[in-house]
Amino acid sequence: MGGTDAKDILGLPKTPLSLTQEKKSRPQKESHRKPDGISREVYALTGGVAPLMPSIDVTHLKRPPPHDEKVAWQWLPVKSSARKDDLQLYHWVRVVNDVPPTGDYSFAKYNKSVDVLKYTDDEYENHLTDPVSVWTKEETDQLFELCERFDLRFTVIADRFPLSRTVEELKDRYYSVTRALLRARAQSPAELANHPLIKEPYDMTRDRERKRALSMVLSQSRHQEKKDAEILAEAKRITEMRLAARRAAEPDVPANENIGSVSPSSNSQLPATAVAPSTLTMADYASTLASLRMLHVYLRTYGLEQMVQAASSAVGLRTIKRVEQTLQDLGVNLKPKVPTKTVCDEHLELRKEILTLLNLQKQLQYKESEGSSHREGTYAAMPDTPKDRVFASEPFSFGAERPIKKEPKRKGPGRRSDTPSPAHKRPRKLKASDL
Amino acid sequence: MEDSNVERFSASTPKPRIGIDGGDDNKNWRRRVNGVEVSVPIVCGSIAFFRGKKAKEYRTHNWTVYVRGATNEDLGVVIRKVIFHLHPSFKSPTRVVDSPPFTLSECGWGEFKIDITIFFHADACERKLELSHLLKLNPEIYSGPQSPNVPVVTESYNEIVFPDPFECFLSRVINHPAVHVPKLPEGFNLPPPGVFLLWSLLNHLLLLVHGFHCNVAGDAGDESYYKMKKGDTKDHPLSHWFSKFSEADELFKLTATRQKVQADIAELKRQLVMVDVQPEQF
Repeated sequence: MGGTDAKDILGLPKTPLSLTQEKKSRPQKESHRKPDGISREVYALTGGVAPLMPSIDVTHLKRPPPHDEKVAWQWLPVKSSARKDDLQLYHWVRVVNDVPPTGDYSFAKYNKSVDVLKYTDDEYENHLTDPVSVWTKEETDQLFELCERFDLRFTVIADRFPLSRTVEELKDRYYSVTRALLRARAQSPAELANHPLIKEPYDMTRDRERKRALSMVLSQSRHQEKKDAEILAEAKRITEMRLAARRAAEPDVPANENIGSVSPSSNSQLPATAVAPSTLTMADYASTLASLRMLHVYLRTYGLEQMVQAASSAVGLRTIKRVEQTLQDLGVNLKPKVPTKTVCDEHLELRKEILTLLNLQKQLQYKESEGSSHREGTYAAMPDTPKDRVFASEPFSFGAERPIKKEPKRKGPGRRSDTPSPAHKRPRKLKASDL
Repeated sequence: MEDSNVERFSASTPKPRIGIDGGDDNKNWRRRVNGVEVSVPIVCGSIAFFRGKKAKEYRTHNWTVYVRGATNEDLGVVIRKVIFHLHPSFKSPTRVVDSPPFTLSECGWGEFKIDITIFFHADACERKLELSHLLKLNPEIYSGPQSPNVPVVTESYNEIVFPDPFECFLSRVINHPAVHVPKLPEGFNLPPPGVFLLWSLLNHLLLLVHGFHCNVAGDAGDESYYKMKKGDTKDHPLSHWFSKFSEADELFKLTATRQKVQADIAELKRQLVMVDVQPEQF
C-alpha cells in the first residue's frame, strides 16, 4: 500500500489510523495517504487533497465484476443511423449473458448537420435574385450545394467554388439568401425576431475589418509591441503623476491645458528616440518632466535629482553605484556645485553617457569571455549592436587591421597582433594566426 | 491682444505657446506660457561669527541665515515672504521674513538644520517651496581657536524654476535683473504689465503700512518701481563674505569629461567590432 512508504519517504512517523474508504473521514491525512481505488498520480492531481464532493464513489472503482454475469466480447456487425449507405462494418461488442446490446450506434448522435434551406425556382425569382452584383442562379445553386455538402465551412467552400470568390462574399450571399427566404416563408414577422440571422445579420464589411484587425495584431513585430506597451505605460505613469501632483497642488491649479501640450510632445519624442538603447527611459524622462511641470515651481537641484532617478530607474543599484564611482574617479561632483540649467543638462548627459560606457564594457567582457562562439540571441537583443553600423562605415580605417574578406590566410606584416591600441587593456586571446 | 498672443513657433525645443487656461477674458491674466522657463538663481546660506570674549555658554556665535539672489539682486520681485524654521529651543522658532532682503540673524551655540519655506507672489505661483540649510558654526578643519573676525560661511547655489509661468508674471519680471528669462522668439508678444498695476499698487500699500519709504513710479515699466525699498543685498553688511558662483569651471569640467567618455565609448565600440569580426576569419 502506498501510504506507509510515502510516509517513509517523507520521514514521518507512522501513526496508526484505521483505513476507511471514505475520503471525508480523514481531513489531516490527505497529504500522506491516498485513498484506495485510484492511483497515487491521479490523486496527486487534486493537490493531494480530497475533492469537496466525492466525484466517483470509490466503491465503483476496481470492483471485481459481479459473479452472476457472464461477459464475452464478440465481433459483430454495426448498424448506425448515421450511415446512409449499405456499408457493413464490424466491431467488438461486449455481450452480457449472451444478449447483445441494443440501440443505435453510440456515436450516431454526433452526426449533426446544418439545415441549409432549399429554395424552389419560383422562390428564387421572387425573392432571391441578386439585384446588385454578379450572383446568377447557377452560382447560387452551386453555393448552396457546397454549403450543404461542407456544413457551412466557408473556407472549404471558397476553395471548392468554381469561380473565385472571397469567403466574405460567399458568406454574404448565403446569409442574405437565407434571410430573404426566411422572411418570405415566415407567416408572421414575430416568429422570426429571435432567429439569429435576423437579429444579427451578417455584415460583410465588418467581417473584413475584423479579420484585417486580427491579422494586424498577429503580424505586429516585437518592436511595435514594445513601443505600444511603453506608450501605454508612459500614459499610465503620466496620469498617475498628474493625479498625485493634483492632489498635492492647490485646487485652482490649471491642469487641463498641460495635458494637450505634454502628451503630443512626449508621444512625438518616442519615435525619434526609438533608436536609443532604452526607449523605456525616454518615457521616464518625459513623464518626470511632465510631473515637474505640474509642480509649477521647483528647485533646480530637485529637478536634477528626479531626472537622475528617471535615468536610473531601468538599471540596478549596482550599476548606479558604478556610475557614481566613475563620476568620482573622473573628478566630477556627484551633485553639481553650481546647478544652473546648462550645468544640470550636461551633468545628466554625462551620467547617461557613463551608463552607455558601462554597458559597452559589460558587452565587451561578455563577448570576449564567450570566445569565438556566436551568440545570436545576444546580438539580436542589443538594438545598438555596433557590428553592422560601425563596421560598415569604417572597414579599413584602423591601422593594421587588414581587409577581412580578401586575404584570410595572409601571414604578412599586416597582422592583428600589431594593431596599435595602447589603451587596449584586455589581453588578446592567442589565435592560431598569431603563432 | 488675443490673436497676437496665440502663436506657434517651430523653435528647437520646446515650442513657446500660450497655453489656454480658463479661456474667458476675465481670466486671461491667468494664462500660462508653455515652453518658457523662468529661473531665479538664489544662494541659500549662513554666516557665523564667533563672539570671542563676549561668548557665553549658550551664546557663543552670532549667525545670520539668508536667502539671497545669486548676484545680490532683489528677490522681492518674486518672493513674497520666507519662513525660517529654527530649532525648537529658540523662542518662537518660526521666524517670518516678509520683505527683502530675506535674512535672519540670531545668537546661539548649536548647529542644526534650518527648514526654509519660500512663498511667492500670487502671480508667480501659489505653491510654496521648501528647502533646508545646515547651519555651521565651526569650521570643518580645526585650525586653532576661532577668530571673531573670520566667520564660517556656508553657501549653496540653487535656482528656482517656474516651468510654465503665468503671462502676467512673465511680463512683469522679464527685464528684472534677479530673474533669468531665456530669449523669447521673435514676434513673441506679451501683454504689458500695466494691466496689473492694481495688484502692484496693493503691494505698495501694504509696504506703506509697514512704514517703508517707497517711490511710487508713474508707469509700471520703470525699473525703479521695483526698487521702492532696498531689497537687494548688494550693500549688505555681510556682502563681502558672499561667494561668487560661476558655472564656468563646472561646465568646463563637465564638457571635458563628456568628451573623454565619448572617446572611450567610441574605442569600446571599435573593440566590440573587432571581437565580433575575429571568429569569421577561421
